[in-house]
Amino acid sequence: MFRNQYDTDVTTWSPAGRLFQVEYAMEAVKQGSATIGLRSKTHVVLGCVNKANSELSSHQKKIFKVDDHIGVAIAGLTADGRVLSRYMRNECINYNFTYESPLPVGRLVVQLADKAQVCTQRSWKRPYGVGLLVAGLDESGAHLYYNCPSGNYFEYQAFAIGSRSQAAKTYLERRFENFADSSRDDLVKDALMAIRETLQGETLKSSICTVAVVGVGEPFHILDQETVQQMINAFEIVGEQEGPAAEPDAAAGQEAAAEQGGSTDEGVAPMDI
Amino acid sequence: MNFMASKQPENSLLGPESDSQRTLYPYVTGTSVVALKYKDGILMAADMGGSYGSTLRYKSVERMKPIGKHSLLGASGEISDFQEILRYLDELILYDNMWDDGNSLGPKEVHNYLTRVMYNRRNKFNPLWNSLVLGGVKNGQKYLGTVSMIGVNFEDNHVATGFGNHLARPILRQEWHENLSFEDGVRLLEKCMRVLLYRDRSAVNKLQIAKITEDGVTISQPYSLKTYWEFSAFENPAQGAIGSW
Repeated sequence: MFRNQYDTDVTTWSPAGRLFQVEYAMEAVKQGSATIGLRSKTHVVLGCVNKANSELSSHQKKIFKVDDHIGVAIAGLTADGRVLSRYMRNECINYNFTYESPLPVGRLVVQLADKAQVCTQRSWKRPYGVGLLVAGLDESGAHLYYNCPSGNYFEYQAFAIGSRSQAAKTYLERRFENFADSSRDDLVKDALMAIRETLQGETLKSSICTVAVVGVGEPFHILDQETVQQMINAFEIVGEQEGPAAEPDAAAGQEAAAEQGGSTDEGVAPMDI
Repeated sequence: MNFMASKQPENSLLGPESDSQRTLYPYVTGTSVVALKYKDGILMAADMGGSYGSTLRYKSVERMKPIGKHSLLGASGEISDFQEILRYLDELILYDNMWDDGNSLGPKEVHNYLTRVMYNRRNKFNPLWNSLVLGGVKNGQKYLGTVSMIGVNFEDNHVATGFGNHLARPILRQEWHENLSFEDGVRLLEKCMRVLLYRDRSAVNKLQIAKITEDGVTISQPYSLKTYWEFSAFENPAQGAIGSW
């Protein structure tokens, strides 16, 4: 491209007023595997696609618990993400020790953004190559934020980052107005549907995705594979069509069958509709 | 005193060379603070005396101050250390307000912050010579706690410092109950303060009662309690006394 002249270090402006190193760092986020987040008034759900390099290896951890009331999902250089998660955990613990109260997620996000900004203004540093979707609670309810390598942060009702995230964003854009009053389970279902959008036809299985929830009265935790698979089965049975009218009926019928099946068989619920 | 040239800088906190920088004993002190939870929030009472040893030197010392939107702090002990604590809290609340984000430090957070400060100072053998009472209401939740100069902290429905622990708490244990009305709370506090006035030599008869509710803090104008000194036991206190004093 034509911009190679001013991109050697982060402290050089281009004549057009851009910092190319920061923009390249944002490209790194787009290369990471898809991560999505959505929130209602009381809950926030994070989900990501977790593909292992080979059948022999385990997959990358992309969702981190930061505190009982805050969790983060990352896309991009996962090593940078791990380091930032450690910083966030440290800040939460220190605040809790001094004030015996949870650190409001809005303040943590600002601290994180300021930390990222420093790396855009020191010639001996490089920007963090990771985008973070921060889910958390504070006095005013549930929040979802996106932290950029540029040091900017934004609050979202729903968002997706990483490769093929546009497909998920389109799905979320169609439905986000209903999220505020969604139940927790509907929110998780929407998250799984959004993840499926990024898979471009590949089957959605709990072995290739991770889902985490935080909400009022529900500490941040990652859902285990079986629960996720059950939820996937609950709406997959409807087939590829996503008509909102068809879903509630199928879901209601499936839940009844799932309950009976759950007691006898720990794994997948029997699908006999 | 040490007349030899000292190798350590004056502001070093290491060792006995720097005794002049550590609190060894209090100079101007306030006596008891008493506080209780009532229906709408917290009621707190403290007199306005600042004693200089056995002299009742200062008689208009305000020993209770509002902190932020949700808390009220009362202190006994060294008055200058109380003023230092108010400066720390002022800075804390300032930074809290600068976030400008709808979150604010409530009484529980302020209480724990003070506990950390007091305990850390105690660990450095340089205590803030105070017993603090921190009360407040936030989002309908009432909070009342206390911290001492050695960092002992706890919450309760009614607390007191100094002599208040010995003279006021027993009265409160008998007569306090949930959902006291404002008038009953004040009456109960006045009963405690009157006993303290009779029996604590560093008490002065000029007190304030402060109230904190969801709506904010009100500190009353100073006033005095009516006292009765014609009890026959006061007339001849030594009558029937056994012992050498």
